[in-house]
Amino acid sequence: MKQALAVLTVLFAIVAIWYAAVAPMNIRVALDQAERAGELVTPETARDRRETSTWVLMAKNPSHISTGYALDRPRLPAPDQVAQELWKTTGEMVVKGRAFSKRSLIYHAGITLQSTLWGFLLGTTLGILAAVAIVYSRVADMSLMPWAIISQTIPIVALAPMIIVVSSQVGIEGRGVPKAIISAYLCYFPVLVGMVKGLRSPSLPQLDLLKTYNASGTQGFFKLRLPSSLPYLFTSLKVGIAAALVGTIVGELPTGAVSGLGARILIGDQFGTPLAIWAALFAAAILAGLLVTLLDLLQRIALRRMGMNT
Amino acid sequence: MNTATQPQPVVEARQLDLTFQTNDGPVHALKDVNLTIDKGDFVSFIGPSGCGKTTFLRCVAALETPTGGSLTVNGMTPDEARRKRAYGYVFQAAGLYPWRTISKNIKLPLEIMGYSAAEQDERVSKVLELVDLEGFGAKFPWQLSGGMQQRASIARALAFDADILLMDEPFGALDEIVRDHLNEQLLALWARTEKTIGFVTHSIPEAVYLSTKIVVMSPRPGRITDVIDSPLPKERPLDIRDTPEFIEVAHRVRDGLRAGHSYDD
Repeated sequence: MKQALAVLTVLFAIVAIWYAAVAPMNIRVALDQAERAGELVTPETARDRRETSTWVLMAKNPSHISTGYALDRPRLPAPDQVAQELWKTTGEMVVKGRAFSKRSLIYHAGITLQSTLWGFLLGTTLGILAAVAIVYSRVADMSLMPWAIISQTIPIVALAPMIIVVSSQVGIEGRGVPKAIISAYLCYFPVLVGMVKGLRSPSLPQLDLLKTYNASGTQGFFKLRLPSSLPYLFTSLKVGIAAALVGTIVGELPTGAVSGLGARILIGDQFGTPLAIWAALFAAAILAGLLVTLLDLLQRIALRRMGMNT
Repeated sequence: MNTATQPQPVVEARQLDLTFQTNDGPVHALKDVNLTIDKGDFVSFIGPSGCGKTTFLRCVAALETPTGGSLTVNGMTPDEARRKRAYGYVFQAAGLYPWRTISKNIKLPLEIMGYSAAEQDERVSKVLELVDLEGFGAKFPWQLSGGMQQRASIARALAFDADILLMDEPFGALDEIVRDHLNEQLLALWARTEKTIGFVTHSIPEAVYLSTKIVVMSPRPGRITDVIDSPLPKERPLDIRDTPEFIEVAHRVRDGLRAGHSYDD
């Protein structure tokens, strides 16, 4: 309850700052529009206004400030505009029975979610396997780990087009696979690091105990190392799924994709419809929130069943 | 005293040496240790920190490898004995797996050693009764007190058929009252199971109360300064600690510790 209050307070503050910022951000656009409509604004020409500071413009044209909150193509849309656009492209489509039409963000979120989940699966599997190799083999520890770290220093935006070009070169049809690969590229790393830490978390006496039973390596893995690593794994998975979503959206951006949230952001940018961009952004954020919450829930259930009171 | 049968040596150490190579040069953890532990003995190792008492126990368990001399366990090398699962080891911390219930924790060695499910259940209920923890099998470790956790870890070491029990300061972290109680229980358990017990401790009264044989050790290098065969009877109520015999043995232990005083300051 206390936490909810804290979160709501922060949310309220953000929305308030957002609303306050809309006025100065949009005053110029509002005045341009008013001028074209034949209204009187000061200064009268666009050139003169460019020389004038935002604050002076607001002071001289107080009656036009409110126009900035209802523009079609604002620099910064007001929160209620974004909410409206979001509703128009999701809830309203559902009401109309067209939830999966190409104009619906639910459709695009679905496309993005699909690639995200494939990427997440691929990245998590790779991360876990690499972690096991690193923990059990000194050679893997010394050779794989540095490369894993270097892989994360390459900007994914630079790498994404190459992955797409290469995958079409080797004859992979469609965007699903390269998007999943880009997504996996971002998400395997937190899983790898968390799993290495988790698999190494058993203490020396715990390992000695197994030795006194003459337990085999496999038994040690399944009875001690793997269960010990689970709390670490879940924490990594939560970071990993958010990274996978970012990866998928990045994979949709530079590739001329026509569907997916990343494509919506790109198209919104190209056609100058900021409301579409913002709605897609929020759809992505909501999707990420849902995925992380889902994993958090899974973690609670799993750890409770394992008797760990978290 | 049990003299009806010829004593059989379970652990035999001859001129045992162990030197650790550290960054600050070699450390003599054990030097020229000679000791025989007979079947059914309750042997305590006592001495200040760094005297090698834990190291000796770990050598018996094949968790450390001596650098010189000879050591046999049940007539085999310690590593062979470990592979034959000749001993149960109780660590200073109970070390129960937090994700397993008490029953499942006790089953851990049984699962590893491939006992059948029915046999596992039977043994778990037997050892839970032995350490007085009936009815706690379904609890998770965090739901139990420190003393109960340590009893569960003893039960875990008793669950399979090792006739040697090695205990490394098992009650070191517990308060005096709990410790007295557990000592009493441990003696009863020893009498019932006729195991051979190696027991590391810091406490003179604990060593004297429990043991048939007390090994006094001193540090730098770790060596044995005295081996005392206890004249106390096998039946030992807690108030035996007020008898002159008990006090005399305790005295001798204290003298042994003082003689080996390698306190540098």
